[in-house]
Amino acid sequence: MSSTIITRIVTVRNPQGLHARPADLLVREASRHNASISLEKNGQRVDCKSILSLLTLGAECGTEMSLAAEGVDAEQAVAVIAELFDCGFFELEQAE
Amino acid sequence: MKFSDFICEKAIRAELTADTKDGVIAELVDSLLQAGEIGVDEKADIIAAIMKREELGSTGIGRGVAVPHTKHASVDKLVGTVGVSVDGVDFNSLDGEKVQLFFLLISPPERPGDHLRALENISRQLRDETFCRFLKQSKTTDDIHQLLEEADNNQFAS
Repeated sequence: MSSTIITRIVTVRNPQGLHARPADLLVREASRHNASISLEKNGQRVDCKSILSLLTLGAECGTEMSLAAEGVDAEQAVAVIAELFDCGFFELEQAE
Repeated sequence: MKFSDFICEKAIRAELTADTKDGVIAELVDSLLQAGEIGVDEKADIIAAIMKREELGSTGIGRGVAVPHTKHASVDKLVGTVGVSVDGVDFNSLDGEKVQLFFLLISPPERPGDHLRALENISRQLRDETFCRFLKQSKTTDDIHQLLEEADNNQFAS
């Protein structure tokens, strides 16, 4: 049985980039899903359930990445996580 | 960005004495003050800013590591320090474990990229089990400094 991989391009919209706080939100959300979820930037693919791995991307504002999920709830996972990126991890209106 | 680009060697602390979150942060900020990286007038303000950031979400990112940090206008470049706590401190970490390794960062407000690159470097090196373990076992500031140097020379994670 093969499961399809759901992919989506996401862009980092928050001004500070993907630093510890948004990475934390991302890990918490990813960990709520069964699917294996990864982010790819310039050929470097990391596990979204590992905050250390996410932080190694050093993704600045404006960075485009490929989000991929595989598993039973892959579609929901991609939808929710893409939403987090779209709203800039709730950092768009507040200055930190 | 290498550790040597932002970690102040004179502010490194092995065997931290504090055993609370507040205590550790104060101890690390004080080490930066002693090393001349921040002004005495700024110390209280910086500690408050770091604690405020912790309220938004613990910087205990798991695996016994925390990256407390803040932006502060009094610094014109990223300054950081490393502290090791032998017994570990409760930091409300993501994985619920105590924290032994602290990387405290203070960055200039208008350069978020520097902070991100430092985080990138810290996390990349810490993915190496050996580096993590050796750091936690360090007994002297020289030990820590040497490990950071070796990491900068790519002797651990690539």
